[in-house]
Amino acid sequence: MSLLDYFRSTKKNTASTAKERLQIIVAHERKRRNGPDYLPQLERDILEVIRKYVDIPADQIAVSLEQRGDQISVLELNVTFPDDKR
Amino acid sequence: MAKIIVVTSGKGGVGKTTSSAAIGTGLALAGHKTVIVDFDIGLRNLDLIMGCERRVVYDFVNVINGEANLKQTLIKDKRTDNLFILPASQTRDKDALTREGVEKVLNELAKDFDFIICDSPAGIESGAMMALYFADEAVVVTNPEVSSVRDSDRILGMLSSKSRRAEQGLEGIKEHLLLTRYNPERVEKGEMLSVEDVKEILAIELIGVIPESQAVLNASNSGQPVILDKDSDAGQAYLDTIKRLLGEQVPFRFLTVEKKGFIKRIFGG
Repeated sequence: MSLLDYFRSTKKNTASTAKERLQIIVAHERKRRNGPDYLPQLERDILEVIRKYVDIPADQIAVSLEQRGDQISVLELNVTFPDDKR
Repeated sequence: MAKIIVVTSGKGGVGKTTSSAAIGTGLALAGHKTVIVDFDIGLRNLDLIMGCERRVVYDFVNVINGEANLKQTLIKDKRTDNLFILPASQTRDKDALTREGVEKVLNELAKDFDFIICDSPAGIESGAMMALYFADEAVVVTNPEVSSVRDSDRILGMLSSKSRRAEQGLEGIKEHLLLTRYNPERVEKGEMLSVEDVKEILAIELIGVIPESQAVLNASNSGQPVILDKDSDAGQAYLDTIKRLLGEQVPFRFLTVEKKGFIKRIFGG
């Protein structure tokens, strides 16, 4: 590494990368923790069904169950289709 | 009424047993009758850290099975008054701890002791669940490192859903964050998560920060809880932690790089 590179270096330090990654995964796991046990399996099944028609990676689907008040739970399904597959 | 404190983490090797030994010893030094219970069945190690490995006759599982009573089994610490150790069994039977058995032993200990420190095994298997089930407070030992922080969060989830307090709808377990193996130099260089980072992610109250220290290995080598090494940074950090655990307000130390003076830089020290 040249001296110039040293001064120009804008490489993000690894601690902040670690923090960002942790914030995302922890938030994700907390959401899942509060949901029912069948949610991960439901997510896998839905993914399989969609994959019969469109090839999407596993992380492009999100299933969440949200409690709204005492009476209603809303099952939210979020699928991101790749641009060329539409 | 005895207070039951579980020392837990999810991840292995972060300093649970070191911290259990230090916390138990610190509470006893402060005049509270304390017992440290090793829940790591099959992988007993608290006895080594406490330096009483050759004095183990009976163990936790013997007491549960009625093969020995508590009086025969508890090891009285030779250095610190008011301090006792209940060693784990070396059996390979994973189901040696039953909830009823553990409850019976803890109830009996509660009659005699002010504090019961439960040294949890790593993981989220039955031993770890048993260690946290009856707890009133939890010390979550965490290293400033991604896998440890994630596992700690997992354990926090267990504390709030799989404990006796959760199941019976009582007030939740009081959770404390104990950050260990902290290296201020690496934090300043941006190579290690800072205290603030970990606090922000886990969102629980900070009870102590133990710096990465030579003293910890020295202590375990010689079977002396590091808190007895009062000149060491780690020993002092644990002493501060005990004060906070007992409700005192103590400023945090060892969070920044110690600036060496001119003389020190030349002559060392």
